Amino acid sequence: MINLTINNQPVSVEEGSTILEAAGKLGIRIPTLCHIKLDCFNVEHRVGSCRVCVVEVEGRPNLAPSCCTPVMEGMVVKTNTIRAINARRTMLDLILSDHPKDCLTCEKNLECELQNLAQEMGLHRIVYEGEQSTYPKDMANESIVRDLNKCIMCRRCETACNEIQTVGILSGVRRGFEAVVAPSGERPLNETKCTFCGQCVAACPVGALTEMDHTYAVWRALNDKTKTVVVQTAPAVRAAIGEMFGIMEGCTTGKMVTGLRMLGFDKVFDTDFTADLTIMEETHELIERVKAGKNLPILTSCCPGWVKFFEHQFPDMINIPSSAKSPQQMFGAVAKTFYAEKIGVKPEDMVVVSVMPCLAKKYEASREEFNSSGARDVDIVISTRELGKMFQEAGILFEKLEDSEYDSPLGESTGAAVIFGATGGVLEAALRTAADWLTGEDLKDIDFKAVRGFEAIREATVNVAGMDIKVAVASGLGNARKLLEKIRSGEADYTAIEIMACPGGCLNGGGQPYIHGDTSILKKRMDALYAEDTGKTIRKSHQNPDIKKIYEEFFGEPGSHKAHELLHTHYKARTNA
Amino acid sequence: MIENAKQLAEKADGIRKEHAGRSKIGILVSMGTCGIAAGTTPILNAIRDEIKKQGRDGEVEVIETGCMGLCHSEPTVEVFDRESGASVIYGQVTEQQAAAIVESGSKPAAGATALSRGWYYPEDEENKDNALQARIVLRNTGRINPQSLEEYLVQDGYAALAKAVTTMKPQDVIDTIIASGLRGRGGGGFPTGKKWAFAAAQKNDTKYVICNADEGDPGAFMDRAVLEGDPHAVLEAMAIAGYAIGATKGIIYIRAEYPLAIERLNIAIDQARKEGLLGKNIFGAGFDFDLELKYGAGAFVCGEETALIHSIEGMRGEPTFKPPFPAISGLWKKPTIVNNVETYANVCAIIRKGADWFKKIGTAGSPGTKVFALAGKVNKVGLVEVPMGTTLRDIIFGVGEGIKDGRAFKAVQTGGPSGGCLKATELDTAIDYESLKALGSMMGSGGMIVMDEDDCMVNIARFFLEFTLDESCGKCTPCRIGNKRLYEMLQDICEGRGTMETLEKLDTLSRTIKDTALCGLGQTSPNPVLSTMAQFKDEYLQHIQEKKCAAGVCHKLITYTINESCVGCTLCARNCPVDAISGERKGRHVIDQDKCIKCGVCFEACKFHAIDKS
Repeated sequence: MINLTINNQPVSVEEGSTILEAAGKLGIRIPTLCHIKLDCFNVEHRVGSCRVCVVEVEGRPNLAPSCCTPVMEGMVVKTNTIRAINARRTMLDLILSDHPKDCLTCEKNLECELQNLAQEMGLHRIVYEGEQSTYPKDMANESIVRDLNKCIMCRRCETACNEIQTVGILSGVRRGFEAVVAPSGERPLNETKCTFCGQCVAACPVGALTEMDHTYAVWRALNDKTKTVVVQTAPAVRAAIGEMFGIMEGCTTGKMVTGLRMLGFDKVFDTDFTADLTIMEETHELIERVKAGKNLPILTSCCPGWVKFFEHQFPDMINIPSSAKSPQQMFGAVAKTFYAEKIGVKPEDMVVVSVMPCLAKKYEASREEFNSSGARDVDIVISTRELGKMFQEAGILFEKLEDSEYDSPLGESTGAAVIFGATGGVLEAALRTAADWLTGEDLKDIDFKAVRGFEAIREATVNVAGMDIKVAVASGLGNARKLLEKIRSGEADYTAIEIMACPGGCLNGGGQPYIHGDTSILKKRMDALYAEDTGKTIRKSHQNPDIKKIYEEFFGEPGSHKAHELLHTHYKARTNA
Repeated sequence: MIENAKQLAEKADGIRKEHAGRSKIGILVSMGTCGIAAGTTPILNAIRDEIKKQGRDGEVEVIETGCMGLCHSEPTVEVFDRESGASVIYGQVTEQQAAAIVESGSKPAAGATALSRGWYYPEDEENKDNALQARIVLRNTGRINPQSLEEYLVQDGYAALAKAVTTMKPQDVIDTIIASGLRGRGGGGFPTGKKWAFAAAQKNDTKYVICNADEGDPGAFMDRAVLEGDPHAVLEAMAIAGYAIGATKGIIYIRAEYPLAIERLNIAIDQARKEGLLGKNIFGAGFDFDLELKYGAGAFVCGEETALIHSIEGMRGEPTFKPPFPAISGLWKKPTIVNNVETYANVCAIIRKGADWFKKIGTAGSPGTKVFALAGKVNKVGLVEVPMGTTLRDIIFGVGEGIKDGRAFKAVQTGGPSGGCLKATELDTAIDYESLKALGSMMGSGGMIVMDEDDCMVNIARFFLEFTLDESCGKCTPCRIGNKRLYEMLQDICEGRGTMETLEKLDTLSRTIKDTALCGLGQTSPNPVLSTMAQFKDEYLQHIQEKKCAAGVCHKLITYTINESCVGCTLCARNCPVDAISGERKGRHVIDQDKCIKCGVCFEACKFHAIDKS
């Protein structure tokens, strides 16, 4: 242990700790801006670039950045001298001098860490003025808006993209005052191998990276009398949307359904229904491949960030992932064919809106192959945050809403579907169905706990119908890469693998309410999803009565010709540049 | 192949004998980048032709050498007599002088400009003539053919490496360097031996020795001269460093803008490898060492060691927070030492002659010499190597022979773009790391720019800040935005918009940047501002309060008016690019101050001194 004093208070911390950590132990908050620590993923971004956290260390000529200065025996630290406070304020003054002061109309208003800090530090006037950066906004893709005029060079997005996700498209470019974060050649994101996972957006403390706002398109559709507007909500949305209204624990599914009806959707459906459908198709494919002993392991394919990742970075392996479409796209296809036919609405008169925890889903919906109905199957995708904003805009007091139920027939779902929102959930859902199908029984012991949790890569050998199946789960594309490389080299002999692009799965998607580094929120979301699962009477996808019905009425059986036509897709090799 | 120390000594002796037999007279032609640019190539050819013509092939030999440091007199040629040791140096040599130079041998040739040498070689001789310069680093530069291993061997080349690996333990080498008091010549002045000791103490199979040859200060060319003129000295020193810390791999990080240095280094590396002076089992001592070059893309910040390491790793050249220091976790996270070219260029002499010998030169706290690139408004610009503790006066007025055109000395800037400006009252400062720092400047890598009364100190501060602003990596807030704001404030002052509040802000922001910036570049970037504000406050006040620039540099503050000497020749009006001058022919003209863009064309054009500049 290392002993030091901070603001005259003695403290002992482990060797290798930083001044920031030691101060935290004493209940001293040193303001930070570029620094972020994601405890449950073991990730710490400490580049020491903003210099907001500087403190005085006795005997050192310069101020020390507390986020990256290791403690030393006998160190004497002062965090609140006028020298330190003035320096800190000057750093913020300087950042503000090169920042558009359009907070009122900024996407991140009230969610901005710079704004909070300026308020906390009592910055009440503009001290420095001068030239400001002028970069064009990158709005050329469906998912992410980059407004580099707001970039404060904290570099958190680089850590998210390069280290956590290993997508590796972001880097500092240019020098001096013009330095900014961009892809090589300062290309727009849609010309890069960006997966649109949105982890950079989740990491950005300011309004430099935000989602592409599609709420206005939803309002327009809702007010168009000639359209039938149906909405689907992804599993992870229900575990997080309440946070925007002060409900920090549990799923708020019923309130959300009520709120969506109040917004004016003609039908409120659930992506969970097509999650069950995904399990039917994917498990069928799994069993076929296991029986044939070919083309293993099977990889899940519901995550569009992951799909784009392997298309760019592992183009030699695009035949391994399941050909099943993601639940969002299955929903679009089913809604505009089966359901549209059922209610006698022409597909072109129907608008399918998705509420997703994800920004890549916006991109996925725009992929040209997703046009089973003859046109785009999913018309508009909004994130959890965007839905929260629509509720606010509509004057819906979410926390006071009564619960209500999804509409039929695309609203019925099982516990297996809701856990799609957490890493490991898709695999667990598939195992539940596979076990029943292979044994021909209705098994009771269906909690595959080995595949749950936040651990980067989880491997397990599960006994399914007397067969040992080796499975693995990875969340975060960096972890996915490790698994993929093992498969490529022949080192791994898994049967089934689940991969989600975002660390922790969809519950930590790029479209979820901001957590500002507090990963305890993620744990609560995960708990909420598993609680929703255990609270359901039906917890296996193949037992969903409406799923059974849709096969009887429409698809025949999993893997049928019709199912392939509407519920399966193909992948394309993309450049790795 | 040279397999052991004995063979090395024998080989050197053999070459000495062979040289003596080959030619009595040697003619050194300065073929550094600067010499070549000044036109030495045709002179070299002319001298060669002349030797043939005069039939003196077996007697006179031409040697292409590196920079002699006499920039003020390029092209330069030195003629020496191997037997008597007599020599004569010529400046501003022309092809036409070749015949006379060849003919007169080591005696001054008629019609050519002979120069005084001004330096001595502490390793080889006493300072009999009280020379101001002492050449340790530049010992071979301008004295041998850098493309010839033989010539390097004659100057005791690789003897230091042989001594180190065959007679000393790694710890002895480190102890010697520590005892010598050698400090980093890149600017920081960190004790070199200590750095080596940190790296040596790390237990790791892989360690790296890096040479920082990313010389980037504007107007500085000390390292280039050494690399072009004496490349083997750097290779030998790096191998010694490798032996000391337990590294087998060296990397020279060199800016790609130094093609000649790169070419000569590559030749030297090939030669050393062929003779077994690099590679496996050097001098049969079981020590392996080899090195390679990595090219820098011209980023000033890559001179900072962590940025340099990231650049080698293929990352963006950006500094990272220390600790960990490279000696603990450097290139590829392995223990690494990064030393500057000039630092290495001292090592072999220290090993050969010992720490005590080295400590006799220079000051107690800063032993040895320092090479400066003396530039600016001084009569003799050039490369200067002086013992530490030499005064600024001796360098500027002694070696540099005073200020150009009889103007008055105003200031000298040391330490490169992030150094400080010192004025006449500081001229008698004996310079070393501490004394310069105490005056608000720094040693830096060796840039020394002399300014006279025609230089505006506010503008000088702005000029240097513009450089650091351009070269900042932009990583930390104070350097990225703070320096930009400083620059804008200086711009305001230079253009007449400055107020007393600007001055106050300039001072506080400068201090905060120094206090908070991440790396050495940012921490020192406000030095030119702070030092000029401290030393030349009156000039700032004049710009702000009187809206005047006494030096007449800040052109927005200049007013051109036409006095009664005007004869109405209309020349000024015809030359004015914005038609700001009007008047009748043969009548006194006037300048419309609202239209005038202060370009100064009228001032230059007037033949009657009728235009006043104030």
